Amino acid sequence: MQRFYFDHNATAPVCPEAREALLPCLADVYGNASSIHHFGQLAKQRLEQARRGVAALLGCGPKEIVFTSGGTESNNLALLGALRPCGGRHVITTAIEHPAVLNTCAQIEREGGAVTYVPVGADGVVDPDAIRRALRPETRLISVMHANNELGTVQPVGDIAGIAREAGILFHSDGVQAAGRLAPPDTDLYAVSGHKLGALKGVGALRVRQGTPLANIQFGGHHERERRPGTENVPGAVSFGAAAGWAHAHRDAEAERLATLRDLLEEGVLARVPHARVNGDRSRRLPNTTNIRFDYVEGEAMVIGLDLAGFAVSSGAACSSGAVEPSHVLTAIGLSPRDARSAVRFSLGRDNDEAQVRALIDAVTNVATHLRRISAEAPAHA
Amino acid sequence: MPETAPIAVAMSGGVDSSTVAALLVREGRAAVGFTMQLWNQRRLPQLTGDGVGRCCSLDDVYDARFVAERIGIPYYVVNFEDRFEEKVVKPFVEQYLAGRTPIPCTLCNNFVKFDQFVELADSLGARQIATGHYARVEQDPRTGRYRLLRGRDEAKDQTYFLFGLTQEQLSRTLFPIGHLTKPEVRKLAGDLDIPVAAKHDSQEICFVPNGDYAAFLDAYLAEQGIPRETTRGEIVTVDGRAIGEHQGVHRFTVGQRKGLGIAAPEPLYVIATEPAAQRVIVGPDRDLLRSRLRASGVNWVSWAGLSAPVRARVKIRNKHVPAWATLHPTGDPAAADVHFDEPQRAVTPGQAAVFYDGDAVAGGGWIG
Repeated sequence: MQRFYFDHNATAPVCPEAREALLPCLADVYGNASSIHHFGQLAKQRLEQARRGVAALLGCGPKEIVFTSGGTESNNLALLGALRPCGGRHVITTAIEHPAVLNTCAQIEREGGAVTYVPVGADGVVDPDAIRRALRPETRLISVMHANNELGTVQPVGDIAGIAREAGILFHSDGVQAAGRLAPPDTDLYAVSGHKLGALKGVGALRVRQGTPLANIQFGGHHERERRPGTENVPGAVSFGAAAGWAHAHRDAEAERLATLRDLLEEGVLARVPHARVNGDRSRRLPNTTNIRFDYVEGEAMVIGLDLAGFAVSSGAACSSGAVEPSHVLTAIGLSPRDARSAVRFSLGRDNDEAQVRALIDAVTNVATHLRRISAEAPAHA
Repeated sequence: MPETAPIAVAMSGGVDSSTVAALLVREGRAAVGFTMQLWNQRRLPQLTGDGVGRCCSLDDVYDARFVAERIGIPYYVVNFEDRFEEKVVKPFVEQYLAGRTPIPCTLCNNFVKFDQFVELADSLGARQIATGHYARVEQDPRTGRYRLLRGRDEAKDQTYFLFGLTQEQLSRTLFPIGHLTKPEVRKLAGDLDIPVAAKHDSQEICFVPNGDYAAFLDAYLAEQGIPRETTRGEIVTVDGRAIGEHQGVHRFTVGQRKGLGIAAPEPLYVIATEPAAQRVIVGPDRDLLRSRLRASGVNWVSWAGLSAPVRARVKIRNKHVPAWATLHPTGDPAAADVHFDEPQRAVTPGQAAVFYDGDAVAGGGWIG
C-alpha cells in the first residue's frame, strides 16, 4: 500500500540535508566534543557549525543557543531555570500550552510558585490584554507558545514580548511548532525541537538571550557554557544544524507552498464533507496546519480509518497506552467533549504535494461518509 | 478502506485473544488488532494495587502491541473510557449502593465490547469481530437463529457473561478458541510462537484492584464528590434481633460469611441487605435456600421466547453448577419465573440467571 504522511506536527522525516551531514558523524567524527585532541576538535567544529545553523534560523547569536535533548527539556530548562527558587514567584502562561509547559508549570506550583493559566477565545488565540491583566508584582516570567500544535494558531508573541519588556520580566516562548515555519520572535527564551524540522529525534535547543539569568536544572560537567551538562550529542546537533539550514533558506517559499496545499485540502474537505468545520482562527495560523471537526464522527475512528487506507493524520494527544486523550486545547476553545472528540489534525510538510493532497481529500470524504453511515446520530443527509 | 474486508480482533494482551489474532492471520484473514482502553488506572491513586491482572495496564498494551507486531497486523489502542464509565462503572456503583451484587463483565460485554467495539469495527469496514472468549456461536439451520453455546472447556466457559448478546451481535462475532480447552490454547499459542503463551490469567473485576470493591466504591464516590449517607447500620437476624453493627451494606453480599464479626453458636451468613434501612440480615445456612426466583430484563438467545413452562438448567452465579428448573412465562416476554427442582443457595439480587438448554444458552436475565 502506498502511504502518505500528513502528521508533520508530530514529527517530520529526517531531511536529506540532515542525513548527508550526519554520515561523517556515524563514521570518522566520533570524538567527544569536549576533548582536547584532534578527534575532539573535529567533533567540536561540527557542533559549532550546527550551532551557527540553528542560531541563524532563530535570528540570534550562536552563543545564545543551548543544545538540549529536545523541546520538552528546552521548555523545562526555560521555565524552571527562570523561576527557581519558585517560592513566592509567579508565572503567566496560557491554557493551550503543550504538556511540556503545562506540566512544568504544575511542578512550579508544587515547588511553591504560583501560575496563572490565561484562557483563550474560540479562535484559539490569547488576548495580550488578558496577559497584561494577569501581571502581579511577583511575576517573573511570561510563557506563551508561538504557535499551537493542535490548531496551528499563532499567538501574538510580539505584543506579549512588549508587555514583558515594559514590566521588566522575562518572556519565554515554546517555538517547537513555529521554528522554521514562522519568522523568529524577539524573546528572552525560545524552545525548539530538532525532529519537527527534519533532524534526528533527541535533539533540541533553547535560545537564551545573552544576559538572561537562568538556573541550571541538571548538574554535571561544564558543557554548553555551563548551561546544560552532558556529553554533547554531536550527531543530533549536526542533523539539527543541517535541517535548520534548509528551513532557514526556504522558509518563506515553503510556507507559501504549504499554505496553498493546506488551503486546497481544507477547501476540498469542507466542500465535499457536510457538517465539517475548521477549529480555531483561520487567518492567524501556521501555514501547514488545519484542524477540522466532523460532526457525528469519532476523530479516533477517522484516524484509524485513514491509516488503514494509507494516510497518516492525528486526533488529539496520545496517552501512555497509545489511546487518544481528550484534547485540553479543544476544550479550552470552548468545544464540548463530543465536538472535541470529532476533531482531526492534518499537518503538512516538505514531502507533500498536490497529488497527495487530492488523494487525501478523496480518502477523508470516503472515510467520513462511511463513518456517518454507521453513526446512529447522523442525520440522513449527512 | 483496505482491499479486503478486515476482521477486528479485541486484544487484551493475554494469551487467549493473542491466540485468536494469530489463528485468524494463519487462516489468511485481514485481522486488525485493537485494545480497548476502558479505565485509567491512575485515576484513583489511593487504590494501590500491584497492577497484576488488571485491565488496561500499560504492560497489557505492551504485550498486545508486541503480539500484533510479531504476527504482522495493524494494531490500535482505542479510548472507550467514557462509555465504560457510563455503562459499566456507574451502574456497578449504583447497584452496590442499592444492596445488589452486580456483574460488570456482562454490562461491559453488552454495551462496550459487543456494542461500541462492533460500531468501531463497522466504521472501519469490518463486518465481523473476534474475541478470546470461551464460548461458541452457531446458526440454527432450521430457524436461522444464532445459538450461543458453552465453551468446550467447562472450567473456562464464559457464556454466563455473554447471555445479553443480541442476535445481531452474535451474527457478527467469532469466538475462534471456543472449541478449545485452555491447555490446548496455551499449547497452540506456543506453537504459533506467541510471546505471551505462558502469561498468567487475568482475575477479578478488571477495574477494581485486588478485588476490594468496597475500597473502590469509597474512592470513586469521593472522586465524584458524592457524599455518602450514613453507612453504619445494624446486623439483625432473620427473626429481627439486632446482634451487631456494620460499616455499610455495600460491603456485604448475599451468602457472605466472612467479615460479619459476630460470634454465634452456628455459622451465620448474609441472607439479604436492606440499603434503605442500612440493615444486614443474617441467618444460618438453611435460610439462604430459595426455590424460586424471577429473572427480569431477559434476553432470549437460542430460544426466541417462552410460551409455556419449559425445563432448563439455570445458573445463578459464575461458579454455580447449573440446576434443573422449570421456566414459567410471566406475561412479560422479558421476564421468566424460575422454579428450581431443589432449593438453591444464595440467590443474589444483581446477579444473572442464565438458562441452559444442553450446551446452548437459551436466554438469561437479572435476579431481582
